[in-house]
Amino acid sequence: MTVFLLVYRLHGRYHEMAPNVVPMDYTKDPDVKLPMQLIINMPELKENPFKERIVESFSEDGEGSLSFNDFVDMFSVLSEMAPRELKAIYAFKIYDFNTDNFICKADLEKTLNKLTREELTAEEITLVCEKVIEEADMDGDGKLGFADFENMISKAPDFLSFSFMFHI
Amino acid sequence: ENCPRQNRSSNSFDEESLSEEELAMLMEQVEQRKKLISTMRNKPWRMVKKLSVLREAQAFVEKFEGALGKGKGKKLYAYKMMMAKKWVKFKRDFDNFKTQCIPWEMKIKEVESHFGSSVASYFIFLRWMYGVNLVLFGLIFGLVIIPEILMGMPYGSMPRKTVPRAEQATAMDFSVLWDFEGYIKYSALFYGYYNNQRTIGWLKYRLPMAYFMVGISVFGYSLMVVIRSMARNANQSTADGDDDNFIFSWKMFTSWDYLIGNPETADNKFASITTGFKESIVDEQESNKDENIHLRRFLRVLANVLIICCLCGSGYLIYFVVKRSQTFSKMQNVGWYERNEVEIVMSLLGMFCPPLFETIAALENYHPRIGLKWQLGRIFALFLGNLYTFLLALMDDVNEKLAEEDVVKNITRWMLLGHHNSSMGNSSADTPPPLDPADVPRGPCWETTVGIEFVRLTVSDILVTYVTILVGDFIRACFVRFVNYCWCWDLEAGFPSYAEFDISGNVLGLVFNQGMIWMGSFYAPGLVGINVLRLLTSMYFQCWAVMSSNVPHERVFKASKSNNFYMGLLLLILFLSLLPVAYTIMSLPPSFDCGPFSGKKRMYEVIQETIELDFPLFIAKIFSYMANPGLIIPAILLMVNSLRKIPIKLKINQHPSTCLKLLTHVNLNKNDQLL
Repeated sequence: MTVFLLVYRLHGRYHEMAPNVVPMDYTKDPDVKLPMQLIINMPELKENPFKERIVESFSEDGEGSLSFNDFVDMFSVLSEMAPRELKAIYAFKIYDFNTDNFICKADLEKTLNKLTREELTAEEITLVCEKVIEEADMDGDGKLGFADFENMISKAPDFLSFSFMFHI
Repeated sequence: ENCPRQNRSSNSFDEESLSEEELAMLMEQVEQRKKLISTMRNKPWRMVKKLSVLREAQAFVEKFEGALGKGKGKKLYAYKMMMAKKWVKFKRDFDNFKTQCIPWEMKIKEVESHFGSSVASYFIFLRWMYGVNLVLFGLIFGLVIIPEILMGMPYGSMPRKTVPRAEQATAMDFSVLWDFEGYIKYSALFYGYYNNQRTIGWLKYRLPMAYFMVGISVFGYSLMVVIRSMARNANQSTADGDDDNFIFSWKMFTSWDYLIGNPETADNKFASITTGFKESIVDEQESNKDENIHLRRFLRVLANVLIICCLCGSGYLIYFVVKRSQTFSKMQNVGWYERNEVEIVMSLLGMFCPPLFETIAALENYHPRIGLKWQLGRIFALFLGNLYTFLLALMDDVNEKLAEEDVVKNITRWMLLGHHNSSMGNSSADTPPPLDPADVPRGPCWETTVGIEFVRLTVSDILVTYVTILVGDFIRACFVRFVNYCWCWDLEAGFPSYAEFDISGNVLGLVFNQGMIWMGSFYAPGLVGINVLRLLTSMYFQCWAVMSSNVPHERVFKASKSNNFYMGLLLLILFLSLLPVAYTIMSLPPSFDCGPFSGKKRMYEVIQETIELDFPLFIAKIFSYMANPGLIIPAILLMVNSLRKIPIKLKINQHPSTCLKLLTHVNLNKNDQLL
């Protein structure tokens, strides 16, 4: 659909989350931010195990509250039209739980626990994390930098088909 | 982004006073801004920053672009820019309009959010097939069927267009119509109806030529569309090279399906991800274990032998049944079963052999993904074998009919002579009254018979599919849901439970159905119309069945990394369906009294005839030189060569990160050696 219609629809969704706070008229550039609790209840995000991290990565203050600009940003990166490189950048941010620009072992453990709802035993978790680092770490520092992550994810066949994409 | 000239230009803007180099610098800056605007999407900046930079860049470009032409050229340049912008906008609006016209988008999205993207990919494939068939139907309907109906001779005016006297009593019966005999056989749906008149109507429409060209372009268009779709898919997916290097990484970072919006589906997905991880861990631990290679090899060979026996058995069964149906057709008083035996046997084989293959494959002990590939390959071999056996048996029938033709020709000659003499005896007129078309003895018209066989096969395939869905999915779901209250064990958790949507079975069914359509459409132009209806109803029916009676998959295994596996199958089937049609066009003589090519020695002679009669003389000479095998064979080789280059070109376009990995590994190795 046209970019205009998309933004119009997004504004409708943004407004209906908090009709008392979000103005219908955005020409004066109001400074309105919605808290994370409201946004992660959206149907597209509700079932996603990474919903908090997604919202945090797109918020300016890192706490998870999104202004309308950030909201549009989030949906545009997660749409079908966003280029692969851009998605890889944001995917890296999302999986980097402690925001130190590296995906270290602790980040991997958190990711795995969220994916399996903590149903794996501790040894299994350790094994998987070690395997991931063994597979993807190119520069040998024991954690994944952005170059390692990008190199690995660019070959993944599912990265653009359903992983990391919403339909709005 | 600082532009020192900006102030000066905005204050004293006078085109005459701008020197050459200032103009060049300005142009460079405008190009820079334009590049920034076009790559804005890729930059990971915050939206606020993007918006402000974009606004600034756009304002700059707008202000100074028009000024860049020199003197008189300025107006032309500005005009060209304006037209270019308008064209871009028009293209964008048209693209948006086209996107909004895509049918069934919401339906498919609903299926996607409940069942994940693999099930939805089947429906997207179905929709794509519907589009292709719609175009083919438009071609055939508009260029062949409509002209014959509107401008050709009407029903009843010629022997080929009239139901024979002997059959007229039963021609309207439902059972006869269901077998595609009676009035349907002598209608524009089948090859035999068409007249061989070179031009028809006031438009001088060359119908036989059109029939031939449409037949060829059906295959040409399908080929083009399939290859284009494969190229598009290949661009989106990555090379199938490094399969094993990132198993755990990909599982961790790309296994969650972001399109899931339903809690039940999410639960299933969590469970399947957990299972997937556990399986990979087990695989990893087991790959270090030793196993009995000899036993495994023996079992695999045994399984393959068993399956080859099954395939041969099914091939023989079909051959036997087709031969029997030919003897049945000569008998009177055949029951419903005898009439439909061939279709029933083929459908039953298609239903029961795949589960049989799966059971035998349990001996082989492959990884599930490899096992799935073997299974699909075997089902493919089964369908192919069945179809080609069917065709071979049909060819025997055709040859028999061709032999019969000579007999009929003789009978016709004697009969006309007899009619001549008797009517001459009664009146003294010179010419005898013409024989009623219904009484003229008919040749066997093998093309219509072939067309009818394909139509019947397609119809029975449709019925079997729908009945299977109804019984296997819907009635089963009703049974499990309602009888569960008064049953000893939990029907929902144990046997039979709700059905899962069989993606590969359905996709293969679609692919083979399309193969049959391609094969049969030359002899039954109406077949594509039937297929369009079938795909349309399938879309609604299967969407309803999936949403009401199926549950999401517990384990998801895709047969290939991209949709190209199924597209590749479709391409293969396209070539394989082209072969029988090309063979019959090139080597079999058309029937002498039915169809648009009647009276010719070979069907392709219509081209020579058109070139000789309708084109100026020198073109005929050129074509006669071009038809030399010495020219045609190199041309074909050139085409094959260029087709071969397409996948290589596509692979080159892939991400060059393979080089990065190679370099990094080399460096790591070097470091190891240094240490």
